[in-house]
Amino acid sequence: METVLPVLVGIIFGVGLFLMLQRNIVKLAIGLILLTNGTNLFLFTAGRLTKAIPPLIPINQKTLSGEFANPVSEALILTAIVIGFGLLSFVLALIYSAYSKFRTLNPEEIEVSG
Amino acid sequence: MNDVLIWPIIFLMSAAALGIVFRSKATTQLTLALVGTLAAWMMSSGILFAVITHGTLVLPLGNWAAPFGISFIADKFSAVMLWIANTLGFFCIVFSRYEIDAKKIGLGFYPLMMFLLTGVNGAFLTGDLFNLYVWFEVLLISSFSLLTLGSDKAQIKGALPYVAINIFSSCLFLLGIGAIYGMTGSLNLAEISLRLKELENSGLLVSIAVLFIVAFGIKAAVFPLFFWLPISYHTPPVTVSAIFAGLLTKVAVYALIRFFTLVYVKDALYFQNALLLIAALTMIIGVLGAASQNEFRKILSFHIISQIGYMLMGLAFLTPMALAGTLMFIIHNIIVKSNLFLISGAVFHLTGSFELKDQGGLYRNRPYLSVLFLASAFSLAGLPPLSGFWGKLILAAEGLNIKQYTMVGISLVVGVLTLFSMTKIWLQTFWKPFPKGELPLNKNIVGYLIPITALAALSLSPAIYPEPIINFFLLAGKELMNPASYIQAVVTAGGRK
Repeated sequence: METVLPVLVGIIFGVGLFLMLQRNIVKLAIGLILLTNGTNLFLFTAGRLTKAIPPLIPINQKTLSGEFANPVSEALILTAIVIGFGLLSFVLALIYSAYSKFRTLNPEEIEVSG
Repeated sequence: MNDVLIWPIIFLMSAAALGIVFRSKATTQLTLALVGTLAAWMMSSGILFAVITHGTLVLPLGNWAAPFGISFIADKFSAVMLWIANTLGFFCIVFSRYEIDAKKIGLGFYPLMMFLLTGVNGAFLTGDLFNLYVWFEVLLISSFSLLTLGSDKAQIKGALPYVAINIFSSCLFLLGIGAIYGMTGSLNLAEISLRLKELENSGLLVSIAVLFIVAFGIKAAVFPLFFWLPISYHTPPVTVSAIFAGLLTKVAVYALIRFFTLVYVKDALYFQNALLLIAALTMIIGVLGAASQNEFRKILSFHIISQIGYMLMGLAFLTPMALAGTLMFIIHNIIVKSNLFLISGAVFHLTGSFELKDQGGLYRNRPYLSVLFLASAFSLAGLPPLSGFWGKLILAAEGLNIKQYTMVGISLVVGVLTLFSMTKIWLQTFWKPFPKGELPLNKNIVGYLIPITALAALSLSPAIYPEPIINFFLLAGKELMNPASYIQAVVTAGGRK
């Protein structure tokens, strides 16, 4: 998995950036969604991937024993997902607002007259 | 005593939360915002005083000692940035009373401003890399909403690239955090600094540093990543422009300085030439962009970019003196730049336009406002003995000391060009007669003048009594170049039992 995920992150980033560079603000939003998710996957990989138990201390012990999954990167991703969700919902609202005001999805045709 | 570090954030957040509750009551919202920012200002004054007298304050949140929990840390640099942010926040709220109408208040103007300031405060205080990211997002999403508040066409147009590029840069920031966490296993800045010292100088470290430079570079609007700034900063209400101009880019500069003086101590010199080049181009492009504009706020927006170049130049010199100059320049710039934006608001109120060609006649009719503009504009250009002069003097002297003659030359030429654009505003807005008949004289701008006068007085203070102020910044610069004391403070501040 540790070799597959980085490649996947790379592909997601490539596709996301490609979409962001299109002359269409909906594709821009999809590109941003891909980028934030690619970043989350990267965080996940950076915390090391192991086939291990959740980091829960057994009831009659004081410390963790054996291999356990890294809880820090999971906490980071959860936070990043929530933040990304907020940002992206703002982006969608902004795009809707732009479309209803300018009646176009091409950023080059967005002109402010008067 | 260390508990005081959390109070500015508590006050601002409570003001924001209560503001949402009293959404329909405009006066209550204004009162809440005034009380919240004033309380946060008093707390940050206390923090600044305590840091000057007692040294670095550290608060391990939830009693989790570093590196396991998140610590709030105030050294001289953090404390002075915090203080200036809250000072500016308070005066902008005072200004907003006369500018923001009931409709915008109903849309949540004051809670958004409070959240923005919360984010700025948190970013200056935190000692944890991921927490820094979270505070950045708090201030970013508030800035998105403030930028589009009211949804004018111009605002939507300016917001699209602003939002997209900032989310992109946040992604890069998060990638950098992930990579650095993968290498060191820690998110605490002090701990990361210790662990990176033990690592061999690998290529990966350099590429992570590039991620951070690009991420913060976008947010600080340095060359060539600045284009989003001048197309968006002139669209929201003036209060919002002023607080954006004063604080947002400087939070990114703060992060860059923190990063290169604390985390990437070993590699900082590796990037020196790159940073110098970026700084030079940022200064030149910014000031030339400003020279080609004819709209009050667009000229000021381009000058923000130009002056970010000075701050980067000081960081690239990387000596205690140069950092002292940079810090002094940042503080001066926050005050003066925001004040010029506020002045543009007063001018708009009087003349009904932001375009220089439609303004005029203010020197004859509003001499007091004109003097305030002149003081701020000359200070921005760095004329002695105003506040902009001292930061630039220290930077230039230090540049000559370490034989960076080209950079010093460029910075001085850029100073002259800054004076040129300020003269342009002076000639058009203040000196020439009002183009459309008589300037309406019945408008009352006393409410606008109070915060503008206060900020102008603040920016004049180094002119009257420079020595203690300069001494403070010299100490702060020395402290930044000696990260061991910062690390020591964080590591020894265990949780209180």
